[in-house]
Amino acid sequence: MTALQDKHEKEIKHILAKYPTDEKRSAVMPLLYIAQRKAGYVTKQDMLEIAELLSISTTEVASIVGFYTLYHDKSGGKYRIQVCNDLPCALRGSGQFLEELCENLGVQVGETSSDGILSVEAVMCLAACDKAPMFQVQSHSDISYHENQTVESALQTIEKWRAEETDK
Amino acid sequence: MSKVKGSRILLRHRDIPKLDKLDVYLEDGGFESFKKAVTKMKPDKVTEIVKDSGLRGRGGAGFPTGVKWSFIDANNWPHYVVANADESEPGTFKDREIMEQNPYQFFEGVMLSAYAIQANDAYIYLRGEFWDLAHELDKKIKKLEKSGYLGKKLFGTDYSLNLYTHLGAGAYICGEETALLESMEGKLGQPRLRPPFPPSFGLFGKPTVVNNVETLANVPLIIEKGAKWYRKFGTERSPGTKVFSLSGNVNKPGNYELPLASTFRELIFKHGGGIPDGHAIKAIMAAGASSSLIVANDEALDTPMDYESVQNVGGMLGSASVIVIDETVDISWLVNKTVHFFKHESCGKCTPCREGVFWMSHLTERIDNGSGSREDIVLLQDVANNIQGKCLCALGDFSTQAVVTGIERFPEDFKAKVSPNQAARIKINE
Repeated sequence: MTALQDKHEKEIKHILAKYPTDEKRSAVMPLLYIAQRKAGYVTKQDMLEIAELLSISTTEVASIVGFYTLYHDKSGGKYRIQVCNDLPCALRGSGQFLEELCENLGVQVGETSSDGILSVEAVMCLAACDKAPMFQVQSHSDISYHENQTVESALQTIEKWRAEETDK
Repeated sequence: MSKVKGSRILLRHRDIPKLDKLDVYLEDGGFESFKKAVTKMKPDKVTEIVKDSGLRGRGGAGFPTGVKWSFIDANNWPHYVVANADESEPGTFKDREIMEQNPYQFFEGVMLSAYAIQANDAYIYLRGEFWDLAHELDKKIKKLEKSGYLGKKLFGTDYSLNLYTHLGAGAYICGEETALLESMEGKLGQPRLRPPFPPSFGLFGKPTVVNNVETLANVPLIIEKGAKWYRKFGTERSPGTKVFSLSGNVNKPGNYELPLASTFRELIFKHGGGIPDGHAIKAIMAAGASSSLIVANDEALDTPMDYESVQNVGGMLGSASVIVIDETVDISWLVNKTVHFFKHESCGKCTPCREGVFWMSHLTERIDNGSGSREDIVLLQDVANNIQGKCLCALGDFSTQAVVTGIERFPEDFKAKVSPNQAARIKINE
């Protein structure tokens, strides 16, 4: 048994049960989400274990990590703030929102803050075009939407996380 | 009997409070259609009613749903149903509202579709960003299992059905049905060569029906109230209602469910409250970032939004994600934005798309930042023409729509951005 399997046995079993027994490769994406929970990115060791579990090559697992934007192979901020700056949001001021947010946080798009708590990314459409400006936050364990934002409201939310992290 | 107020078939949660609760949905007559189908109807009969209703795929292609179901290969088993909940087209946010607020009607549509093609397993493929939503749907699926609407030997018959969610992880291309199937199989989301089409070779190589969320959400009421009732809405060739996602430079963006063939003017000015700050409307994209740019003149504004008429004004209805663009917007900026999107989302499989979209983005970037030449516009047009019709899926073509129509219909926006002679370009390059 791999370390991943050891730690999440029940959950992995539940995931594998969704697919035909000879098609367990389908579980690669859900398993990558589990692996990513630990540190917010997928390690080489995780890829190795997932490959073994599903009887595919490590390269195949790595290619999935590279192809899909919600998987990461490097550490980033504990909270990845992903601002939609696609056309419909841009028509409603997301460009300026993103710029001012970065200015206030002292972080450039694509960078992580020095305390490692957050990074800011500009992403493609998130299906929330009527509630722009908006962003989603990808943490190690989940993704949540923050819609109809102003720079002030976004900063308030971010400060709350910062306080929670320093309390820990 | 399920309540329908006016022309709201899909967004009924706006009329019936708490329709996302199972008891409320059941009280409104929910799952009666499914129960009736499983206990009293032959599977083919369900397909026939959907065919007669004239329902067309709401994901963009507009293919007749019942006809798609009837293509399922009856000599190859098992069969699968996959609901396409990958909703990623910029400007589209209708499936999300349906799944968040009227989830059981959507489930019932999936279940009826599964019964019609005798599938015992159905999957809902959600884009990874719908993380919270997928977890909510999982809880609701559990409730349905507990209440006997999902599981083995339903209503005392031999029919069994399981329903699962499957999360993607951020890739627009997975909205294309064969790329979605590849992704579900644990591979890169890259489109397959067709034929064979999914009804003969789909998920795990088995006959599969892939339908959009909104399409499926129509089915329970069609089965309950009949094809003739459904045809009361919309037109002969585009029957039913449609959820229009309205976004961009408009006072009241949001989802509006209207009969097909309502006009752009009605949607944008009556429902959407018109353009902010007294600006004039300049252009319309009727199908998200994939669409051509329609010049928003009176003729276009009075065009009925159905599958046929939108084509007459040089557009496509697609998923009906109407992006409104006002007079302050520079079309060369907009085109750079859409090309940037497709550059990011090209899956890399077909050379014309992979290379062409990158090339286009160099050009649109250069034009937008003021360092392009007139020749760049001609070259951009040429690159776009050479992507069209040369790729396995529609993404390649989609990436060129705004480019080609932008240059053709708003040439002054491009000319204003580039230097009048080539010499200027050479200087910049040095």
